Amino acid sequence: MIEIGLGHYLSLGAIIFFLGILGIFLNRKNVIVILMSIELILLAVNINLISFSIFSGDIVGQIFTMLILTIAAAEAAIGLAIILIYYRNRGSIRVEDIHGMKG
Amino acid sequence: MIIHSIFFYFFSIIAIFSSLMVITSRNTINSVFFLILDFISVGCLFIMVGAEFLGMIILIVYVGAVAVLFLFVVMMLNVAEQKNSWFTGKETKHIHSGLIVGNLILLELLVVVGGWKYKDDLMSSSTLILSNTSNTHQLGLVMYTDYVLYFQLAGIILLLSMIGAILLTFRERVGVKRQSYIKQISRNPSSAVELKDVESNKGVTIDD
Repeated sequence: MIEIGLGHYLSLGAIIFFLGILGIFLNRKNVIVILMSIELILLAVNINLISFSIFSGDIVGQIFTMLILTIAAAEAAIGLAIILIYYRNRGSIRVEDIHGMKG
Repeated sequence: MIIHSIFFYFFSIIAIFSSLMVITSRNTINSVFFLILDFISVGCLFIMVGAEFLGMIILIVYVGAVAVLFLFVVMMLNVAEQKNSWFTGKETKHIHSGLIVGNLILLELLVVVGGWKYKDDLMSSSTLILSNTSNTHQLGLVMYTDYVLYFQLAGIILLLSMIGAILLTFRERVGVKRQSYIKQISRNPSSAVELKDVESNKGVTIDD
């Protein structure tokens, strides 16, 4: 309990991943919170990669963390642009109002 | 070592609490603020565990660029009036399935942590962490040699996302007087200047 090992960091990553998934499902407000939940999931993945990289002494995990940061930034930019033009066209970004492809 | 564990519990409790507040707070602005707090505490954890460069990157890039981008978009869109619809919609059966899926994923990840104890020894890579150089130095040594292709690909992905975001949000406005270089350059005095004889006491009428 006092000695901090790999398991503590992996548990932290698992809990944040769980909260991100829960945020996607629980969300009844707007799409921006879903994007923030995706950011939380990517952050949990980064915690996993960095803790494995440190505790097994291999630097490649940190390099993949940098690549994941790049992809997360690109994804946030594109997602926010899509949300912006959706709001401009429809006037609402509530989750239950977005059912154009529901059929 | 006791200091390490105290700092770990401090930052991780703040991280878990703020990520809980991201998904449950009523106002979207508060969600963005707690997302920033989450990034900062996880960045401090990264710095503490020995990945200083990535901790600083999280602090600078994530808090400084991505979270502020979220903040801009939340403030541009008028989402403050939608904040009272939390848990009051009629379709609340998503919450149970969400809880089941999330708890199963959490359980699986914790089981994986338990099973990892019985692994074989993995220390056979060529990119082991050297003990006498700094973290940034090691990252540069590996990233610009073995992983240079992935580095270039990341740059191309960033360029594509920038072009895509500009192209998505670009719109042609009507009624805006914009400078047209071609029209300006292609004017010449014969078409632009007109000489008139002004008669006395009559003046000139400009008809167009």
